Amino acid sequence: MGAGFLSLSQKLKNPTMSQPPPDQSDFIHSEKFLQELMKRQLKLSISCATAFAVLLFGLPLMNYLLPGLMAQRVGGFTLSWLILGVLFFPYVWIIARVFITRSMALEVDEVRHAAEGNHRQS
Amino acid sequence: MKSGMLRRAIIVSLNRIYQMQIDYWILGFSAVTVAVTIWMGFRSAKTSKSASDFFVAGRSVSVGWNASAISGEYLSAASFMGIAGMVMLSGYDALWYPVCYACGYLFLLLFIAGPLRRFGAYTIPDFAEGRYDSPVFRKIAVCFVLFIGFFYTMPQMKGAGTTLAYIFKGVDFRGTMFQFLAPLDDLGRMTPGIPYWFGVAIVGLVITLNVALGGMKGITLVQAVQYWIKMFAISVPIFVLLAVYGGYGKNLALNKSAMDTPPAVVQTVEPLKAERLALPDKAPKDEAWIAPFGPLTSKAAKAAGLSAEEAKPYSLLYTFSLIVALVCGTAGLPHILVRFYTNPDGVAAKKTTMWVMILIGVFYVFPPIFGVLGRNFLPELYAASGSKGPDKVVLELPVLIREKYGILGSILSGITCAGAFAAFMSTFSGLLVSMTSALAHDVYGRMLRPGSSAGERMRMFKWCAIGVGGISVLLGSVVEPLEINFMVGQAFAIAAASYFPLLFMSVWWRGMTMKGAATGMLTGGLCALFSATVVNASTLALDKGAMGRLFSPFAGINDFWKAHPLLRILAEQPAIWSVPLAIGLMIIVSKMTRRTVPADIRMKMLVLHAPEALGLKQEYIQEHQGPAH
Repeated sequence: MGAGFLSLSQKLKNPTMSQPPPDQSDFIHSEKFLQELMKRQLKLSISCATAFAVLLFGLPLMNYLLPGLMAQRVGGFTLSWLILGVLFFPYVWIIARVFITRSMALEVDEVRHAAEGNHRQS
Repeated sequence: MKSGMLRRAIIVSLNRIYQMQIDYWILGFSAVTVAVTIWMGFRSAKTSKSASDFFVAGRSVSVGWNASAISGEYLSAASFMGIAGMVMLSGYDALWYPVCYACGYLFLLLFIAGPLRRFGAYTIPDFAEGRYDSPVFRKIAVCFVLFIGFFYTMPQMKGAGTTLAYIFKGVDFRGTMFQFLAPLDDLGRMTPGIPYWFGVAIVGLVITLNVALGGMKGITLVQAVQYWIKMFAISVPIFVLLAVYGGYGKNLALNKSAMDTPPAVVQTVEPLKAERLALPDKAPKDEAWIAPFGPLTSKAAKAAGLSAEEAKPYSLLYTFSLIVALVCGTAGLPHILVRFYTNPDGVAAKKTTMWVMILIGVFYVFPPIFGVLGRNFLPELYAASGSKGPDKVVLELPVLIREKYGILGSILSGITCAGAFAAFMSTFSGLLVSMTSALAHDVYGRMLRPGSSAGERMRMFKWCAIGVGGISVLLGSVVEPLEINFMVGQAFAIAAASYFPLLFMSVWWRGMTMKGAATGMLTGGLCALFSATVVNASTLALDKGAMGRLFSPFAGINDFWKAHPLLRILAEQPAIWSVPLAIGLMIIVSKMTRRTVPADIRMKMLVLHAPEALGLKQEYIQEHQGPAH
């Protein structure tokens, strides 16, 4: 759906909104900045994903290896049913909450970092 | 004279049908839901005039509305009816579906949502074109909007057919001039009720017209309201039912597992308020039902004659593959991603995702409870199949309390019917918008007639909606014997093997080339599509009714499955091999075509990853629309 994309670019081409030509040699456009940026983001995403994957793939493994433990009754539920049917959801909310807070902090930090880098270079 | 006789025949027939037993509470609640949906669609049709209004709802929706709308669109007939039916039928293993439906969103949030929003492409085909500067790739990517979309509409249509068949089960066309409408049983005898396809056709028609006239702006509002209808409709009856029949845990405890030693259970469980009913022979046994690796995941191995112990590794493989399909598939659903762009900025998009996860997570606790109660108190559903089987447990269960509490049972059943309507209507309309936009915008507006005016495209949108709606009804009429939830799982598996690798790799690996992306996406996606189709055809061939006859040429595949249980599992749940296959091909082909990596790849990666506050996107757009244009 290119309609929105085009209209946005047309707005930008409009002389009243045009900006000075960007300087491509500054710090923001450097290889170093991009690599650091992607590395930090990926690190955050992967650590959150690992916490998620441990339970996601660990639970079937537990069911497979320790069927006796997972069949223990907790208030009528089997332990395995209680984890999968109820407790899994809050666990994931916590991961999501942590990720969102940290990624917003990361963005603020990156903006500051980019400004400092540009300043140092000029 | 002749016309007079005809008129009398019609009047007599209608009169007979009118006198049939229909629960008017149930009919009333459903009718109100449908009427509100249509009214909202028409009302917003007046206010949505420009083309961009039609497609992305003007990009200005608040976090609360948007989160409700995404959740409303996401909670389909599979969530509302299918999960309960599948838990009732298969027990523990089916719980992976609601959990992964809800938690797949986390994966989307972690790896894909942020970069895609920053890039500012509205749809996956938009992203495909922008990331690789390739209009050709866009055309390839569009195909999967349609593949995944049609696979996803089939279960919605089954939900529609099942619900209408339930509401009108008291109608009897036999002996009237409309007796050609009476559904046939397995032996070809006419039975009371309305045919399954009739419900599919009616619902398909209503929503198609609604989308053709309203567009997506209407849908945002409708979806948000429908989330709350669904939440209300799934939770209120459960609270009442649990009050009558005892708690969730208590009802689960009625199912003894192989690990339970009988005396210990008698001591720990309090006296029960209600005894469960006897299970028919067709129902799975308690210990298989409540324990992991039960009937759902061990079906193929059991059919091959393996013992329970031998079947366990197969079941584990099945479970892992299912998890991969559902979690990765959520991240590649075309109709979900488009809503991320209706947030005003990245922070709002993240907040929205958090709320979506909470809204759908809370919802998904409830459907399995229906399945558990259904097993204990509606065991007769095990004996039936198609639209009369466990997939209707959500609709049927509240009626049970009619004996004790009279009208309350009808009201609660009416509420769940209204929720079911909200479920398949909202998801179907969302899918219809995605598929229709792909056709009207990409196939017509870009490939067939690039010079068409906005008015022509709008007209085309309407015609495409009618075409896509018609095909959906045809496909939906065929799939009555298949489980709703199972079919949705297949749509997820196709998305997981096509769009997910494309998005994930394009966002995080700068070495990707267009050829690599296209090869991986097409091979992975088509392999998953093919295996899903073969499995469905072989399952339909087992049906005892009309569909079994239609698909009988495929019956031979079932003998092959019996001899090769591992292949059956890999075909039924293809994600575990098709996702790595797609990613592997992407890497290999990209390395081979290294020279065709887009020249401005560093800038593209910056736009995908740098905070929006740095304003790199505007700069990027400026460059791209530079002096050449």
